[in-house]
Amino acid sequence: MAYLLEILPSLLNGLQSTLGVFFVTLIGSIPLGILVSLGLRSEFFTIRWLLNGYIWIMRGTPLLLQLIFIYYGLGMMGISFPRFEAAVIAFIINYAAYLAEIFRGGLQSVPKGQYDAAKVLGFNKIQTFFKIILPQVIKIVVPSVGNEVINLVKDTSLVYVIGLGDILRAGNIAASRDVTLVPYLLVGLLYLLMTAIVTLVLRNSEKRLNIWR
Amino acid sequence: MLELKNLTKQYDTNMIFKNLNLTVPDGEVLSIVGPSGIGKTTLLKIVAGLETANAGEMFLDNKAVSVSEERNTADIGLIFQDFNLFPNYTVLDNVMLAPITVQKMAKDQAKKLARELLHSLGLSDKEKLFPYQLSGGQKQRVAIARALAMQPQILAYDEPTSGLDEQSTYQVAEIIKDLKKEECDAIGDYTR
Repeated sequence: MAYLLEILPSLLNGLQSTLGVFFVTLIGSIPLGILVSLGLRSEFFTIRWLLNGYIWIMRGTPLLLQLIFIYYGLGMMGISFPRFEAAVIAFIINYAAYLAEIFRGGLQSVPKGQYDAAKVLGFNKIQTFFKIILPQVIKIVVPSVGNEVINLVKDTSLVYVIGLGDILRAGNIAASRDVTLVPYLLVGLLYLLMTAIVTLVLRNSEKRLNIWR
Repeated sequence: MLELKNLTKQYDTNMIFKNLNLTVPDGEVLSIVGPSGIGKTTLLKIVAGLETANAGEMFLDNKAVSVSEERNTADIGLIFQDFNLFPNYTVLDNVMLAPITVQKMAKDQAKKLARELLHSLGLSDKEKLFPYQLSGGQKQRVAIARALAMQPQILAYDEPTSGLDEQSTYQVAEIIKDLKKEECDAIGDYTR
């Protein structure tokens, strides 16, 4: 117990970075994902082509590689970011690609009749999207977005590759220094706690959205 | 009054109708009856601005209305065969939403109008329900209330009683007749 209390501050310190990457990614990737999903329905072929290319690259290469490219690769080309910024840029553009595909599926699931009904009532495109379509899309995509959010909790551990001091790195340092696996157990418990909280929040959201069908 | 002159619609080589002329005088109800696939719904969609015509003219109270481009206008309401109520809004909100959002009507005023319409259609006790909690006939009446909230000059009904039971069919038919008295012209289609 004394040992757990001894290593806990350094783990909690790492937790700050983990939570920072998690929340900034969430705030950045959801709106970007929605924008990209709308762009995928654009009438302009070039926009659709570019966005499909972006999604292909993001989903076709490992996030680890993308982190390395943005921190080290761009740094070698003279575009350098601090570690935290590089991490959130990589995470946001990666997760936005996955979320865009989820939102695209959600948009396709809304019946055409909803657009028609809005149109004959005089709604413009923006009003139709925000008042009629988006709330329905959100309900449709919440379970899939929830999976991505839980993945994100765990994926934040990848930031070790660019030397950002997250919770796993803090555990790694303690385990190497003290030659014990206990820090990893504690790290595992903290990840479980985070995913449990995320799961609870998502379940509540689903329950609240279930008042209509 | 609604007037269509020489309206023509075709999809690729498939001619749906050619040089169609019709007039719906003020306070009248016009029913279009015919077998499935002859373009009844297409005609209503063109009238409501959801589809374009290849040629022809449309006049609403003697004012020309474009049929060559889709329109966002609530001058002509359309009641859909499958209702198309907004599932994420309550009955009351379904009726209030367009006046508030499109016409920028004050919320209190829109609520009063929506409640009056729902009352006149026998739906006062349903205002807090969501569409999935209603029967087909009730959904149809909410759809009518929603369209009427925008005070359209013409109300177009696409198979308004399709899929409804006998009692609901009778209720909806009575509502359409009553609306005629309230100076809202109607045009509707029925499959035979």
